[in-house]
Amino acid sequence: MKIGIPKEIHPGEKRVATTPEAAEQIIKLGFSVLVETGAGLGANISDEAYKEAGADIVDNAKTLWEQSDIVIKVRAPERHPELTTDESDLLREGGKLISFIWPAQNPELMEKLASKQATVLAMDSVPRMSRAQKLDALSSMANIAGYRAIVEAAQHFGRFFTGQITAAGKIPPAKVLVIGAGVAGLAAIGAAKGMGAIVRAFDTRPEVKEQIESMDAEFLMLDFKEEGSGTGGYAKTMSKEFIEAEMALFARQAMEVDIIVTTALIPGKPAPKLITQGMVKSMKPGSVIVDLAAEQGGNCELTEKDQVVVRHDVTIIGYTNLPSRLANQSSQLYSTNIRHLLTELSPEKNGEINVNMDDEVIRGATVIKEGKITWPPPPPKLSAAPTPQTEAPAYALQEPPKAQPLKHLLPLIVGGLLLFATGAVAPETFMTHFTVFVLACFIGYQVIWNVSPSLHTPLMSVTNAISGIIVIGALVQVSSPDSIISILAGLAILIASINIAGGFLVTRRMLEMFRK
Amino acid sequence: MSHSLVTMSYIIASILFILSLSGLSKQETARRGNYYGMLGMAIAIAATAFSASVTSYTTLIVALAIGGAIGARAALKVEMTQMPELVAIMHSLVGMAAVLVGYANFMDSTIVLHGVERTIHEIEIYIGILIGAVTFSGSVIAFCKLSEKISGKPLLLPGRHWFNLLLLIAAVVLGGVFLQQTENGLGIVPLAIMTGIALVFGVHMVMAIGGADMPVVVSMLNSYSGWAAAATGFMLSNDLLIVTGALVGSSGAILSYIMCRAMNRNFISVIAGGFGTAAGGEAAVIEGEVQPIDADETASLLLEAKNIMIIPGYGMAVAQAQHTVNEITKLLKEKGKKVGFGIHPVAGRMPGHMNVLLAEAKVPYDIVYEMDEINEDWAHVDVSIVIGANDIVNPSALDDPNSPIAGMPVLECWKGGTTIVLKRSMASGYAGVGNPLFVLENTRMLFGDANATMQAVLKALKG
Repeated sequence: MKIGIPKEIHPGEKRVATTPEAAEQIIKLGFSVLVETGAGLGANISDEAYKEAGADIVDNAKTLWEQSDIVIKVRAPERHPELTTDESDLLREGGKLISFIWPAQNPELMEKLASKQATVLAMDSVPRMSRAQKLDALSSMANIAGYRAIVEAAQHFGRFFTGQITAAGKIPPAKVLVIGAGVAGLAAIGAAKGMGAIVRAFDTRPEVKEQIESMDAEFLMLDFKEEGSGTGGYAKTMSKEFIEAEMALFARQAMEVDIIVTTALIPGKPAPKLITQGMVKSMKPGSVIVDLAAEQGGNCELTEKDQVVVRHDVTIIGYTNLPSRLANQSSQLYSTNIRHLLTELSPEKNGEINVNMDDEVIRGATVIKEGKITWPPPPPKLSAAPTPQTEAPAYALQEPPKAQPLKHLLPLIVGGLLLFATGAVAPETFMTHFTVFVLACFIGYQVIWNVSPSLHTPLMSVTNAISGIIVIGALVQVSSPDSIISILAGLAILIASINIAGGFLVTRRMLEMFRK
Repeated sequence: MSHSLVTMSYIIASILFILSLSGLSKQETARRGNYYGMLGMAIAIAATAFSASVTSYTTLIVALAIGGAIGARAALKVEMTQMPELVAIMHSLVGMAAVLVGYANFMDSTIVLHGVERTIHEIEIYIGILIGAVTFSGSVIAFCKLSEKISGKPLLLPGRHWFNLLLLIAAVVLGGVFLQQTENGLGIVPLAIMTGIALVFGVHMVMAIGGADMPVVVSMLNSYSGWAAAATGFMLSNDLLIVTGALVGSSGAILSYIMCRAMNRNFISVIAGGFGTAAGGEAAVIEGEVQPIDADETASLLLEAKNIMIIPGYGMAVAQAQHTVNEITKLLKEKGKKVGFGIHPVAGRMPGHMNVLLAEAKVPYDIVYEMDEINEDWAHVDVSIVIGANDIVNPSALDDPNSPIAGMPVLECWKGGTTIVLKRSMASGYAGVGNPLFVLENTRMLFGDANATMQAVLKALKG
């Protein structure tokens, strides 16, 4: 089958759906690859590079769309500025399309593609499961966006990120607040941390705390209990009280931090407004806000889509297409995701694709199958997050463990009674020995608890040597007139002295080896 | 020497033994502790030898000299990897000595006691021999298992708990018979039968315990050998023996407890034997593909890493790889890497086994960490190398409640960057449990003999 890679037409879009490296791999899967001339220029990839990889260059978009069985794009189809026709019209009848689609936001596009009897796989609808990670383009793009958000912030921020003490004075480190610790948020944390900033992060999903802390950032705790994990590893809308508590936290943080990166998105809904005008005002002059949710209306009230604006001395960056600003990198990752998807689609590696609706990953990604809209898919069976609790949490049902005095006291009572029983019949000589015995047990107990685990073996061999003290018992018997006793005792001396000499010497040998 | 002087010497010896054990608690004082022990022992033996009750010096000196020579030779010849065997066989010697002393004491007709004192004395003899015999036969079996003269697999007889109970009841009943018969001078018969039963009990007890539980067994036998000495002390009315026996006994008991805690196992269930019999439900089956790696790739991974953690297990001891590992450690440290060792409390076949091996290879002890010291820090580790360990790095201990090792604290190396696992083959560990670590995405398997592969890695690092 022929795969066509058109040049992206969205203004400012520099990415390309397939790099030469990926094209080479795709050709190995048995496909042939057509590339529109100049498709890779935005990502610094020349037509020659594609040719070398074995792809054919096509002069114009129209021919490319006509000749291709499968068209692979980055952006969803839109109106072609030069051909004055929509890309979806260019798709051949019954053709196949793989790209970002955003079916929830683009119902007309879906209708149009369906009327073409097309089969469409949306890269944004790949289910979030561990098996699908390698074709999760949303994550790979979000990763880049998070990184780039920090780079953009650094460009507009008038100070260093890292703290320094120089001859010219002390420079405090920049403080960065990242709201929403999804893939983008974590990438932003990593980038900011790498540049030396102090990073704090907030997320409504408590299970990401560990991830945030693993990146060496501080997780801002909200003194409020509500589970923010929706299905599929995404966040969900929170209650009013929760949002109030959250806003109070952001208001406090806004006064303190220099840079805020917001990445809060709820699938299929406008982005929650988290940074109010008042908060922007309260920020220090020269601070920067990078709003990664600008596409969905922005997390900050003052964000303007695709613009960098300065409001109340705060730079607010509302770029919607940050991955495109790192076009080569994004194209590489996106084309790797595409290649993995094609590998899944073509298990036989014969250049034919099989949209197998029984496969959970392919089922999720397929939004239109032969003209029939199959979106939304049934909910995924596996979630990265724990299943939501529908009943009260289990720990609430458990009563605090009752103190069980009987259970603790019983051994003591039994032990005490036994001791008394012994005391009642035993003669005094036995009791003095018994006193010594019990006290020695306690001394041993106290002494041994402090032994460092690395010395357990030497400890054991030294106790071994010391238990050779049994030789004393044999010594007092060896002079017995009875020859049997004398022989037995002599043997015991011999055996015990093996222990004594061996134990002490081997301990000495071991301890000599331990060195700093 | 007068009786009071002997007693005074015994007190001094007891104090020295206590100082010896407390000295062993820290690296800095450990050597001094050992010398205190030697001094205490010398004083105790000398004081006894010069006391009024000892006259036959020839036997004494000959026996001491022969025994001492054998012991010294063993101590100097033993390989560090064989330490568990040496320790086990030495436990058996204490048990043996306790039995011999017990019999000698029983036959000694010069001791004349009456009434309760007599009964107590006989009970003391009986118990002393019982503990001694159990320690002896148990340690011999432990020695055979450790030196692989017999299989390390647990021998699980049907109804073994009933069998143990039967032996115990028989021992108690025989005790009663023994007390009656001694009146008529026939006590030797029940005593001998009981010794036989105790020997069988010791054998059966250790046979039922699996290889992975060996650290518990070794420390438990250590404890028994102490109790045997203490019982002998009661028998002979000798406070020094009682004190020393109690010290050793409680020391071993605590070590066994620490080992059990490290495996999240109940002491009773270890002694009763049979690993995993208590686990309910089916343990999850491990699915997935392992990703092999070769020595060159391992070397390049190590060169890229900054923070490296090495997790040794029994496999390192078997392959004698500790010296090569030290070479690699030195090389990596020269290149500015941070290298550490993570030691699980039950790694190896006896408590502290790995530490001794690493010390033998001259790995400095300040880069050897305990599990609790490092288990929080895996996120900062770029590469961890697991050398011949399995159960102690098994994630299912934490995730899978049906796993036989569920709840055992493990080294959570999979939380770090890449884990490289050195293994001879895909066989499961002593616990017979599959290990999902091997199929994790960030795990690479380096197959082969640990020493040979580590040599290859060393060569690749140099080249």
